[in-house]
Amino acid sequence: MTTQPRLVEVRSRILKENDVLARQLRERFQQAGVCVISFVSSPGSGKTSFLEKLMLRLGERHRIAALVGDLATDNDAARLGRACKQVRQITTGTICHLDAKMIAAALEGWDLEELDFLFIENVGNLVCPSSYDLGEQMRVVLLSAAEGEDKPLKYPTIFNTSDVALITKIDMAAAAEFDREAARGNILRVRPGMRIHEVSSKNGEGMAEVEAFFEGQLRVGFGDRWAGKFP
Amino acid sequence: MHELSIALSMLEQIEEEAARHSGAVLAVQVKIGVLSGVDCDALSFAWEIAREGTDVAGARLEIERVPLLVRCPGCGVTHAPEMQAIFCPRCITPEQDILSGRELELTSLEIES
Repeated sequence: MTTQPRLVEVRSRILKENDVLARQLRERFQQAGVCVISFVSSPGSGKTSFLEKLMLRLGERHRIAALVGDLATDNDAARLGRACKQVRQITTGTICHLDAKMIAAALEGWDLEELDFLFIENVGNLVCPSSYDLGEQMRVVLLSAAEGEDKPLKYPTIFNTSDVALITKIDMAAAAEFDREAARGNILRVRPGMRIHEVSSKNGEGMAEVEAFFEGQLRVGFGDRWAGKFP
Repeated sequence: MHELSIALSMLEQIEEEAARHSGAVLAVQVKIGVLSGVDCDALSFAWEIAREGTDVAGARLEIERVPLLVRCPGCGVTHAPEMQAIFCPRCITPEQDILSGRELELTSLEIES
């Protein structure tokens, strides 16, 4: 005798475990009063150089720390270590993104109360990091002038889930025949109203503005940036 | 490709849910939004690998792709834009609220009676 199969409703987020952990992290960050900003981009778009310069500037007035994700090597942590004392590398092995569990483990032993800023540099990848909430206050996506202006159209999800876009290596724009207006237009097509900064880690262009903007986030404090983003 | 990580997260929840019911899991239904960052073909492929050797090895994956649905906070119009052109069709309000398209949901299980 055959009977009809039963349909059991579940209706839960596939990444529920990550989301729960990210929410706990966000609460911890909020209670400790630390502003947590994550950075995502394709490999080679200048995340580490930008962060190194940013941390040197902010480090003059604020207490900062950084977590750096990479598939292999601790080269980036060594580089960021020149700009700030508290840096930890997260080596992901074959995993192409950071998740909340990795962040929680990497924070072990750190006193968050002692920090003003925590920067998280994600693995260089414009696809996979988009699905994972890390408990951060703000996600920043970087696009370098050496890349195509159409990157936002090719990777709409990462741009759409980010809060701020940085166009890096802007000193190379002329040499790379980078069309700034087209790039800005494409970012706004996938993330209407997005805040965009143009910066050069090499000659310092735009760094003061972006530094002031991040400093302003200390006063803004935490909102749950992911709240309501997922039905 | 993070679809294998996604498939493994699914598997964990499915096994947990299946343990509460008797009978084999025949099918797994998920909703994947176009703006979720997950590719459906890659997820189907990853599911084949993830389910192997588990209690739900026989369960097929049914994916419902959820299109983008957006509401303009300026004029209130609800629209379904392309991912590469999220503009209000009526006014010039830049910000747009996403109503759906980001889903990564385990919807239901079909279990043998």
